[in-house]
Amino acid sequence: MKLIKQLIAVATVAFATSAFAATAPVANEAPDVLVKRISSEVLDTAKNDKEIQAGNQKKVMDLVETKILPYVDFQKMTSLAAGRYWRDATPEQQKALSTEFRTLLIFTYSGALSQVKDQTVDFKPMRASPGDTEVEVRSQVNQQRGEPIQLNYRVAKTDAGWKIYDINVLGAWLVEAYKGTFASEISKGGIDGLIKTLSEKNKKLASKPLKTAGK
Amino acid sequence: MSKFRTLTLAVAATVSLAGCAGPNPRDPYESYNRAVFNFNDKVDEYALKPTATVYKNVTPSFVQTGVNNFFGNLADVWTAANNLLQGKVGDGMSDVMRVALNSTFGLLGVLDIASEAGLQKHKEDFGQTLGSWGVPSGPYLMLPLLGPSTVRDTAALPVDIYADPWQYKNPVNVRNTGTVVRVVDQRAALLDASTLLEDAALDRYEFIRDGYMQRRNSQVYDGEDGPKGKQKKAELEDEAVTPPQAIIAEPAETKPSL
Repeated sequence: MKLIKQLIAVATVAFATSAFAATAPVANEAPDVLVKRISSEVLDTAKNDKEIQAGNQKKVMDLVETKILPYVDFQKMTSLAAGRYWRDATPEQQKALSTEFRTLLIFTYSGALSQVKDQTVDFKPMRASPGDTEVEVRSQVNQQRGEPIQLNYRVAKTDAGWKIYDINVLGAWLVEAYKGTFASEISKGGIDGLIKTLSEKNKKLASKPLKTAGK
Repeated sequence: MSKFRTLTLAVAATVSLAGCAGPNPRDPYESYNRAVFNFNDKVDEYALKPTATVYKNVTPSFVQTGVNNFFGNLADVWTAANNLLQGKVGDGMSDVMRVALNSTFGLLGVLDIASEAGLQKHKEDFGQTLGSWGVPSGPYLMLPLLGPSTVRDTAALPVDIYADPWQYKNPVNVRNTGTVVRVVDQRAALLDASTLLEDAALDRYEFIRDGYMQRRNSQVYDGEDGPKGKQKKAELEDEAVTPPQAIIAEPAETKPSL
């Protein structure tokens, strides 16, 4: 009887420590380690999952939701893309705007993921000092044909760990690329106009099948 | 589908032209640019994209790689010259080595041995060289058939064309066929990217413009943000920091829904 109790106790401790060991590095992970981990997890899954390769939209979006979204600060991303108009928006508008923007980015990212075939990612050395709260993680995607694609991330420290808030593809920052469109939509129909345009775009994307890399 | 896209594009174009609050300082020729953009789009939709799609699906992939490498090798000659003009002697010499290796052991450039030997490609054109000499990009300019450019890069274009070895290829029919294959091959390489772009952009014209201007700037500074980019980032951070109540105020409320 005593033996069983001891066994249970040991098992509990072992379980607790292993659970702790699994979550601990995530909480205080360095930003480059975080980005490296996410991108290798996502790429591996995308390459090995037959349904994703076949363009199963739900599976791709699940992958994005579970593996990437927890590490992205959409509110910050949206506020930067909206620029000075963000301050004029009511909290409800801010919330609606970041939700719609988030959905649009999920669709875009899912589209990109379903085209993953034989790409590999190389990370470049970090140029940040230990005390920095905003850093840039730089990588490049190597593909069989053509030049490597530059892919950089801006990552900021938050209370919930490091979070990505901007992505640079081929030299262009995503937030900056959306900024112009956001401003012109807002000047046409206000914040609500922009929210409406985004939500219409999302509805259109939702009804459209994913395009895959093909043969 | 494509009809619908054209329609939305046309509507988007007219609406944004009509509702323009004032000219974008980087794009004072917007109405001209949009017209050319729509023209290019039509050419792409009816001629280039279908051809490139067939090329990509039908041609064996080793042939596509060969074609890509062959023209890439020719382009490396001018890339090498531009790197030297920009004072990047190391990159320039590595490009000279690339051309030497690929033109001989790589069977006139069909095999890209140099990349496998670790000599990376760094594409440079004369517009980038002018940029590195301090010439500002000037306003955005959409060129018929050639696509997005800037005033500076358009001025540099004749130099790039003169310096392209393929322009001197004889006989003319081989040269012309080669030019077509080259264009189709380059379009084929962008097929996946262009589908993505259609998904991501609210207004494709603006999205391409703003992305292109940033990308060009980044190319001039070789992947670094450059003085302009750094200033932009500072600006962004400034905006993020000044209204703290707006961004950080209700995280507890908004996070679960995100």
